[in-house]
Amino acid sequence: MNLTAVWAIYKFEMQRFFRTLLQSFLSPVLSTSLYFVVFGAAIGSRIQEVEGVSYGAFIVPGLVMLSVITQAISNASFGIYFPKFTGTIYELLSAPVNFLEIVMGYVGAAATKALFIGIVILLTATFFIDLQVAHPVAMVVFLLLTCLSFALLGFIIGIWAGNFEQLQLVPLLIVTPLIFLGGSFYSISMLPPVWQTVTLFNPVVYLISGFRWSFFGLADVPIGWSLLAIAGFTALCIAVIWWIFKTGWRIRS
Amino acid sequence: MSAILSIRDLRKTYDGGFEALKGVTLDIEKGEILALLGPNGAGKTTLISMVCGITTISDGQVTVDGHDIQAEFRAARSLIGLVPQEIALQPFETVLNTVRFSRGLFGKSRDDAHIERVLRKLSLWDKKDTQITALSGGMKRRVLIAKALSHEPRVLFLDEPTAGVDVELRRDMWGMVADLKADGVTIILTTHYIEEAEAIADRVGVINKGELLLVQDKDTLMAQMGKKQIEVQLAETLNAIPPVLSDFGLRLGAGGNSLIYTYDTKGERTGITGLLNAVSNAGLTLRDVQTRQSSLEDIFVDLVAGGTA
Ligand SMILES: Nc1ncnc2c1ncn2[C@@H]1O[C@H](COP(=O)(O)OP(=O)(O)OP(=O)(O)O)[C@@H](O)[C@H]1O
Ligand SMILES: [Mg+2]
Repeated sequence: MNLTAVWAIYKFEMQRFFRTLLQSFLSPVLSTSLYFVVFGAAIGSRIQEVEGVSYGAFIVPGLVMLSVITQAISNASFGIYFPKFTGTIYELLSAPVNFLEIVMGYVGAAATKALFIGIVILLTATFFIDLQVAHPVAMVVFLLLTCLSFALLGFIIGIWAGNFEQLQLVPLLIVTPLIFLGGSFYSISMLPPVWQTVTLFNPVVYLISGFRWSFFGLADVPIGWSLLAIAGFTALCIAVIWWIFKTGWRIRS
Repeated sequence: MSAILSIRDLRKTYDGGFEALKGVTLDIEKGEILALLGPNGAGKTTLISMVCGITTISDGQVTVDGHDIQAEFRAARSLIGLVPQEIALQPFETVLNTVRFSRGLFGKSRDDAHIERVLRKLSLWDKKDTQITALSGGMKRRVLIAKALSHEPRVLFLDEPTAGVDVELRRDMWGMVADLKADGVTIILTTHYIEEAEAIADRVGVINKGELLLVQDKDTLMAQMGKKQIEVQLAETLNAIPPVLSDFGLRLGAGGNSLIYTYDTKGERTGITGLLNAVSNAGLTLRDVQTRQSSLEDIFVDLVAGGTA
């Protein structure tokens, strides 16, 4: 294992993040505050509580997931797409590194950035509401696995994308709708029965439900399913990436 | 002599079915400088890309210092440095960061002294904190070289290192190549400038349409180039070289009305005076005299044209 190389990639990617630290910090703070103002104040005045939790607190796990997932995907996809775009990928391909090391470097950095954003949002939320975490360990595990698995997905998107439009396409057309329809801002039990069933085909439901359980001890789906879903998703992404590097798909001619 | 780079029957067929390399076999000795010449699209970059792991190998085998580039890719690749033909750099990074990154990527521990030496040698030290976007084209090319040298490769590929580079920098580059050779680094470079191959290479390879047409010692080639030909055109038509002229090693020109004499410009005596005297003594009438010098360029053009026919 060429850990020096993993570290070099990781550090290089993180440096870009730190150069724009203020930006990286401000935008989640601002957007979280806006969500609280719009959802918390406007809607929260009509829906006081969801299953015994104040609406403001209820949306926090969904908010965190929304940002963490989007950030993990965009950071990882951009991180690997950019070398393809500039041509600097030649260096990665000619270096004494295997696919696992490349993935560890890029995905590790993207996941770290997403984690950072997630923590910033949680901290911002404490200014608006009184936040309690019922199962801290589970909360951290869910957060970490989400950062990791969606960074892996982002990496795949970055390899697949042939231009900047395609880079935005998957997040825009698939991921964002799945997150919004995944119960970020409502409980599935609030939906009509038919939609409750349809919703169960949305993988993000399991994530948000599990993550929310770690805060309030209440979940839309059993916690075991949530863990299984996230673990399965991570494994699937790793398998796809392994295949990509084995075949050289979209990277080696 | 042991080859540090050994290429066996290397072939490349691109996805569209185009055969870019048709079985190249080549051994490169430790510490030598090989110049690869060939027209656009000959397959030079394809060859280099396969050895470096950027392009997949369709068939054949390559070993670097005995390590197979596929089975033992780590050992093989850590010995190789590559300066690609196209300038490819992350635009918003600083020179120093970019070069440090390359060293780390190749698994070498941080060595600021080495990086400084490399940057100074390439006159980039005062630009170390400059963003890549703020560099000129020639400077960017030097950054690419610095990246390749950052991890102390034993085999260095330079794919058209002097394309779009000014005269002074070209001389610097040649000097740098000589220094690297003195350190025992093996260098394979491609170029479209024949004088470049003449100036720095130990051996010259000519590649065209995916085939290696010739690999030869530069000195042997130079010796051929050092030869001049003189064609003595006669009023008479001959069937054979007259016996009195047999000492000159002449060849009869096409049509029989000229004599071709090859001589060494570096020799002390060219023998031209003697030949001309002998010709008139033999009773032949001189109509015209022409001289020709073969250069590496002629050899190259002949070879490449021959490949087309
Ligand atoms: N990715 C690719 N897919 C298909 N064909 C390719 C690809 N890359 C190169 N080729 C073809 O392979 C041939 C050899 O290209 P290569 O880049 O190796 O030439 P070269 O000798 O480096 O030329 P130049 O002097 O112009 O750099 C060309 O005909 C080129 O069109
Ligand atoms: Mg080329």
